[in-house]
Amino acid sequence: MTQRAGATQEASYLSTFNSLERDGFKRDPTWLRKLRVEAIAHFRDLGFPVARRGNEEWKYTDVGPLARVPFDVPNEQQAIHVPPSEIEHHAFAGTHGSRLVFVNGRYAPEHSSIEALPPEVRLCNLRDALKGPASRHLGKYADYEAHAFTALNTAFVQDGVFLHVPSGTALSAVIQLIFLSTATPTDTVSHPRVLVLMDRESVATVIESYSGPMAGRYFTNAVSEVVLGPGSRLDHYKLQAEGAGAFHVATTEVRQEGESRYTSLLMDHGGGLVRNNLNVLLHEEGARAELRGLYLLNERQHVDYNTFVDHAVPNTSSDELYKGVLSGKAHVVFGGKMLVRPNAQKTTSHQVNKTLLLSEGAAVDTKPQLEIYADDVKCNHGAAIGQINREAIFYLKSRGLDDLGARKLLTYGFVSEVPATITHVPFRAYLEQLVHTRLREL
Amino acid sequence: MLEIRDLHVTVDNAEILKGVSLSVNAGELHAIMGPNGSGKSTLAKVVTGHPTCRVTKGSIHYEGQDLLRMPPEVRARAGIFLSFQHPVEVPGVRLDHFLRAGYNEIRKSRGLDEIDVLKFDRQLKSTLKAVEMDPALLKRSVNDGFSGGEKKRSEVLQMTVLEPKLSILDEVDSGLDVDALREVAGGISRMRSPARAILLITHYQRILSYVVPDVVHLFIDGRIAMTGGKELALEVEANGYEWVESHDAAHSSA
Repeated sequence: MTQRAGATQEASYLSTFNSLERDGFKRDPTWLRKLRVEAIAHFRDLGFPVARRGNEEWKYTDVGPLARVPFDVPNEQQAIHVPPSEIEHHAFAGTHGSRLVFVNGRYAPEHSSIEALPPEVRLCNLRDALKGPASRHLGKYADYEAHAFTALNTAFVQDGVFLHVPSGTALSAVIQLIFLSTATPTDTVSHPRVLVLMDRESVATVIESYSGPMAGRYFTNAVSEVVLGPGSRLDHYKLQAEGAGAFHVATTEVRQEGESRYTSLLMDHGGGLVRNNLNVLLHEEGARAELRGLYLLNERQHVDYNTFVDHAVPNTSSDELYKGVLSGKAHVVFGGKMLVRPNAQKTTSHQVNKTLLLSEGAAVDTKPQLEIYADDVKCNHGAAIGQINREAIFYLKSRGLDDLGARKLLTYGFVSEVPATITHVPFRAYLEQLVHTRLREL
Repeated sequence: MLEIRDLHVTVDNAEILKGVSLSVNAGELHAIMGPNGSGKSTLAKVVTGHPTCRVTKGSIHYEGQDLLRMPPEVRARAGIFLSFQHPVEVPGVRLDHFLRAGYNEIRKSRGLDEIDVLKFDRQLKSTLKAVEMDPALLKRSVNDGFSGGEKKRSEVLQMTVLEPKLSILDEVDSGLDVDALREVAGGISRMRSPARAILLITHYQRILSYVVPDVVHLFIDGRIAMTGGKELALEVEANGYEWVESHDAAHSSA
C-alpha cells in the first residue's frame, strides 16, 4: 500500500497490531485476543474521525495532526530509567495511600506501591487481573464499535489499572494512578486502560494524572471504564498536564446503578491537542453524577470536552460545571449532551460552562445539547464567555492591589468555584495550589 | 491634606467637573451635597484615579504630592480610600482574603512584612464587632449576593481595616434603614481623628445628624455653588436644591 505524504496513518497502527499479535499478545487469554481483533477491525473500518459536515461530535476538533503521525508502541523490553523525583513531581503529595505508576503506558512496579488495603480489595496492574473479573467487564462499557479511539485503545490494551472495591468497603486513602511519558527517540503512543468496579455501598477516591516532557511529540490514548454498584460512591479526579507537543485523548465510560454517586473532575492545563470524552449512563433510580471541568490554557492549546449524560430511568440527577481561563490562542470546545429518555420522569439536570478570555486570540465553542423526551423534569443549562470586569479591576486597585495582582485575584476568583466543590480537603488544597501556579503562566 | 484647584474633568467627552477648588485639612470632615448628576461621584472617582475620568485642567495635591501622576493603587497605598456608591461584586474572592490582600499591599508599600494570617484574622474579628457586621460575611465572596446594607457595612469595614488617612464615602447612606444608617454613621465617626480627613458625599442631610460635618459644600452642575457650616445642610433640607440653584444664579449674576 502506498502512502501519500500527509495521509492519515491507520495502516501503521494495523501493521503494529499485526506484529504484536504475532508476538507479545500471544501469551494473553483467548477472550482478550478475540476482543483485540474485533477492536482493530472496527478501527480499520472507522478510521480516524474527520471534521466534516454532519459529524457534530468532531466539528470543532481536527485530529488530522495526530492521525498523520505514525506513532510507535514502545517495546516492553526497553528499560526506562525515571528518577523517583520525576514521579514525585507529578504525584499528589498530600496523601499516603496506594500509587500505581505507568511509564510510556507500561506498568512500572519499581515506582508503584500498593499499601495495605482492606481484605478483598483488588488493586493491581490490569494484566494481572485478566483471569479474574476483568474478563467479564473489560470492553463491556466503552464502545469500541463506534468510536475509533476507544477501538484503538482496546486493540492495544496491555497494561493498566484494575480496581475492585467489594460491597460495603470504604477506602479512606486516595488511590493515585500516575501515567508518565518520557522523551523517546521516536514518537510513541500509549494506550492506558483503567477498569474500576465499585460494588454495592463501596466508597473510593481515584486520582489519575497524566504528564510528559515539555518538548517532543507523543500520544496518550486512555480509556477508563467505571461501574458503580447500588449506593456506591466514587470521586474520580483526572489531572492532565501533558507536554505542549502531546496529543491526549481520554475516554471515560461510567455506568451507575441505583443511588450511586459519581463525582468527576477533569482538570486540563497541559497538552497540545486534547480531547476528553465523558459518557455517564444513569442506569438506575437515584443515581447522581457531578461532573466538573477546569481548564487553564495558553498558547495554541486545544482542549475539547465531549460530555454525554444519559438519564435512562426516572429520578436521576446530574450537575455539570465546566469553567476555565484562556490566554494566547488557546481554544476550548465544550459539547454537553444530555439525554432524558421518555420514561425518565423527575430527572434533574443542570449544566454550566463559563470561560474567561484573557486575550483576543483565544476562542471558545460551547454547545449544549439537550434531548428531553420526558415531561416532568427539571433541566437547565447556561453558557457564558467573558472578559475581566474593568470596574472590578478598579475596585481592587482602590484597595491597593496593582494591575497584575488585581487580575490574578479576579481570575482565580472566576475559577475558584470548581476547586471549592472538591470534598477531599487535602486534594482541594493541592488543586488550589496547582491553579495558582498555572495562572501565573497565563 | 487634599488640595484641589480649578479642576475640570470630562467623562466620555462630556465635561462633568467645571472648575472645582477644595481644600481639606487633617482632622476635618467635609460633607459634599448636591442633586443627582451634579458631579459629586465624579469628584470621588477622579481623586481615587478611576480610568474613565480625564482631567483637562487643574490639579489635585495630596500631602503635597501631585496625585494625578499616581496610579490608583499607589493612591490607595498612600492612604486614600473610596467607599463605593455601588460596590462591585467579586465572585469567588472571599471578603477576608480580599481584605488581607489589600492590607498587605499597604504594609509592603511601607516596607513592612506581610501580616501573619492568624493575627490578621483576630484583628478582623474585633473590627467586625465594632462595625456590628455578621462574621459570616467574611467567608463569602466580596459583595456577591450581599444586600444593599451589607455592601455598605462591608465598605465601612474595609475602611476601618485599611486605616486610610483620607476617606471618601460616596453615598454610603443610600438605601439604608435607620438602624443600618446609625451603625454606618458610627463606623465613620470612629474614623475621625486629628490625623485623618473624611469627604462624605451625600444626597440627603439625614446622615449628617449622626456625623456632624465641619464644612458643607453644595455641588451644582460641576461646581461648588456654596460652602458653609453644618447649618447649610439643614437649609438644603428645608428648601431643596432649587433654592441653592436660584441663589447660585443670583450670586453669579451679581
